Amino acid sequence: MKDVKLRNYRAPQYDEPLIMEMGVPGRRGIMVPPAGAKIDASVPSLEELLSPRARRQTPPAIPEIDQYHVLMHFLRLSQMTLGMETGIDIGEGTCTMKYSPKVNEALTRMPQMIDLHPLQPEETLQGILQIIWELESYLKAISGMDAFTFQTGGGAHATYVNACITRKYHQERGELNQRNEVITTQFTHPCNAATPSTAGFKVIILPLKNGYPDIEALKAAVSERTAAIHMTNPEDTGIFNPRVEEFTKIVHDAGGLCFYDQANANGLMGIARAREAGFDACHFNLHKTFSSPHGCEGPAAGAYGCSEKLIPYLPAPVVVKQGDKYHLDYDRPQSIGKVRSFYGNLSVIVKAYAWIRSMGPEGLRTASEISVLNNQYLDHLLMQIDGITRPYAEGKPRFEQIRYSMEKLKEETGFGSHEIQDRMVDFGIQSYWLSHHPYVVPEPFTPEPCETYSKEDIEYWAAVIARACQEARETPEVIRQAPHNQPISHVKDFDQAEDPDRWAITYRAYRKKYKK
Amino acid sequence: MENKDFVHPYIANSVAAIREEMLKETGLKSVYDVYAEIPEKLRFKGRLDIPEAIPSEYLLKRHVEDILKKNATCGEYLSFLGAGCWQHHVPSVVDEIVNRSEFLTAYCGANYSDLGKYQARFEFNSLMAELLDIDAVANPIYDWGDVAGRSIRMASRITGKNEALVPGTICPQRLAEIRQLCQPEEMDGAIAIRLVDYDPATGLMDLEDLRRKISDKTAAVYFENPSYLGFIEDQGEEITKIAHAAGAQSIAGVDPISLGILTPPGSYGADIICGDLQSLGIHMLAGGGQSGFIAFRDEEIYIAECPLEIYSIVDTVKEGEFAFAEVRSERTSYGLRDKGKDWVGTASGLWTIGAAVYLSLMGPAGMREIGEVILKKAAYARNLLLTLPGVKPVFTQTNFKEFLVDFSGTGKTVAQINQGLKEKKIFGGKDVSAEYPELGQCALYCVTEIHTEDDIQRLYHALQEVLK
Repeated sequence: MKDVKLRNYRAPQYDEPLIMEMGVPGRRGIMVPPAGAKIDASVPSLEELLSPRARRQTPPAIPEIDQYHVLMHFLRLSQMTLGMETGIDIGEGTCTMKYSPKVNEALTRMPQMIDLHPLQPEETLQGILQIIWELESYLKAISGMDAFTFQTGGGAHATYVNACITRKYHQERGELNQRNEVITTQFTHPCNAATPSTAGFKVIILPLKNGYPDIEALKAAVSERTAAIHMTNPEDTGIFNPRVEEFTKIVHDAGGLCFYDQANANGLMGIARAREAGFDACHFNLHKTFSSPHGCEGPAAGAYGCSEKLIPYLPAPVVVKQGDKYHLDYDRPQSIGKVRSFYGNLSVIVKAYAWIRSMGPEGLRTASEISVLNNQYLDHLLMQIDGITRPYAEGKPRFEQIRYSMEKLKEETGFGSHEIQDRMVDFGIQSYWLSHHPYVVPEPFTPEPCETYSKEDIEYWAAVIARACQEARETPEVIRQAPHNQPISHVKDFDQAEDPDRWAITYRAYRKKYKK
Repeated sequence: MENKDFVHPYIANSVAAIREEMLKETGLKSVYDVYAEIPEKLRFKGRLDIPEAIPSEYLLKRHVEDILKKNATCGEYLSFLGAGCWQHHVPSVVDEIVNRSEFLTAYCGANYSDLGKYQARFEFNSLMAELLDIDAVANPIYDWGDVAGRSIRMASRITGKNEALVPGTICPQRLAEIRQLCQPEEMDGAIAIRLVDYDPATGLMDLEDLRRKISDKTAAVYFENPSYLGFIEDQGEEITKIAHAAGAQSIAGVDPISLGILTPPGSYGADIICGDLQSLGIHMLAGGGQSGFIAFRDEEIYIAECPLEIYSIVDTVKEGEFAFAEVRSERTSYGLRDKGKDWVGTASGLWTIGAAVYLSLMGPAGMREIGEVILKKAAYARNLLLTLPGVKPVFTQTNFKEFLVDFSGTGKTVAQINQGLKEKKIFGGKDVSAEYPELGQCALYCVTEIHTEDDIQRLYHALQEVLK
């Protein structure tokens, strides 16, 4: 292990009250532009305009605070949030916590972005429509697909679109009543099981064989009932399934469609594409692989791409180019319809566009290569720590992320990945994410040191994990009582959030339950 | 293969010497040793067909600015467009906070390291709960249409029934999203969506038709207040009573900026409340500022059937100190995959923080004033436009910020009128003649607190000329 000096970190701690307990009657945070004397004089009174049953009788019990103190309060809350940019956010595997360039933020704060109404005449939206059209062409090149939509508001939303398109595709062929099953895999994001289920499909999850989805189980699962497969590659474990083309062939031979969840695409740009592996559709998370920030869980965009045969079903409208003008095409008789109002989270689209333009073809491939190299380097360091194992596929390299286990550490010390998570943040790095459910890998954690992070960041991160694992053996009280340098102490009893008598989802519920 | 001379400001380890060092330490000759897992046939050969890099930040900025400047803004034009995305003032403090690096870039950091994020979310929930007059608010997701559909699906699971009634004046875009989530009928769990007629005089839901259509199969009655067409649906209490008498849930869709003056849906008994946050301090962003919220009574059945993440305040081991934890996380798709409730995913988290800041700035007085000002300005604009020759009112019911104007009597179509207005640098109201053909050549105008009397006069005079 590298000799790394760990930081003497102290998280900001303000004892900041809940905003609902702040304020003084009469204070104002902002003034509203008045109607003006002429309007006031010429319209009927409020009593005449609003029936008593339409009119609010009691003002909402929200606090009355001056502007400076609203600002101060939320600034303090922001400081009590480590986020990604101060926290070496290597730990959130499958989420690709890469640097979101500040210039792209500045660009999307231009009036020509924030002050646009989606229903403006399209000749006044030519800039944003051009960016949609251009970004679509880049993603087509990166994936080999034939068209993209950006209407979806997140990655899971894109898998839902695929479920809806699958439904429509089989409906149009008169086979929907028969084809009511969607197949997915254990180490694919849970939305790939959940969204077809929401769309009315039965879901089959393939069992594992040495960490790979079992191809024999797939052969047994496909039938005339198969509507589609939703899979990812590399899977959340970082393991690449080299037989992917056989998977798509088996499903196609059974008459199903093949969807590729490309949330884990960061190691593959310019390296391998959905088309060559035989997929009919795929999606990219623009807030992951293409750099748009995660924003405390959005705004996000799951760019959904498909091959020629599925284009008619895409959500309407789509952007088309005629001559040098861009148009919104609503005349899509076979479209599944809408999944979100208007055209999607367009600020995310602009950021992805700008990031790709900054990188170019060589930059994209280099980003992927470095993300994979960084991961090999972190793996090299983590595998030297006693108590950490890397289950499955022995001898096979992982791509851009790895699911590890602290099962051995837990057996030996009583502390597993939850306890280490509570301690690691004491050293000024963001907590890692463990795993999707169910925890097939016991005591899991899943780092992804994407191309943003330096060799020094990776060494620091590994050194923190090593230190916490060492403490689990040598000074167990330190781990048991962690965290120590955070704004708060550890949670007393998580069951408080499971019990209807004790949970409090809002302040008014809290008052009713605790301040009777 | 690798180009080791390629160094980029966004890639710390792109320096050749560092790559070499890491390769050496890991015992790899090249990163392509790892990519050897990909069968030769599946490897992409050649160069991606995308434009060459613009590594200079300045040139990139120029390039993107030049494209975005082809857009014309609602600052350059005077806009009366609404229909689900509204032009309101965004306070500077809201921008300052949502653009803070910590909030902008945070994601799934856990209880301690991202404490401020969780507190801000809890405050959002708490502020919304007061505005809506209800005790439980979930983490928002994509937009109003999506949460309307999800609310109906919740109601269907709660009641075990599979039909829902929605108003004939529903926003068509929202209806399309609802149908996407609830149909087609041959699928498992499909919910039939039926429209309830509206009173042609007032626009309000026709309660006689509601009584005719509601049955023991009805899971929910969904209604909107203010409605898509702008009028105030003030029959919430009766609609809820009719729904409850049939064993159905009452679902209200609301624009939260109206609730400083309009009756909050919790007060008239709505079981589930949904809507869009965009009006609460989120920029229009060409429709990219949408965020759908769901709220409900603090009862186990609603929490159990809610597909979205829900957080509770919890105690720490130190007296008087609090943290936040997820409530019954196993019910979501993250917990149970296909057996979970619908699905949940990354959607619009940053806008909840924006809305929390907005409501904190506005306070009860600000929310009351903005409601009053919008109501009055919209009434003024409507009355003024109705003095134009051939321009007719559509519904008699009071409007909040949007209202219909019928141009059928002017001899011109809305499309022609809006083209004329555009030449005068005005975006006229949304043309709804295709959505509601039975209403004729109607446009849906939106007036908010940002419109001054002069703006409204300018519209009036421009219309005078266009209608000549």
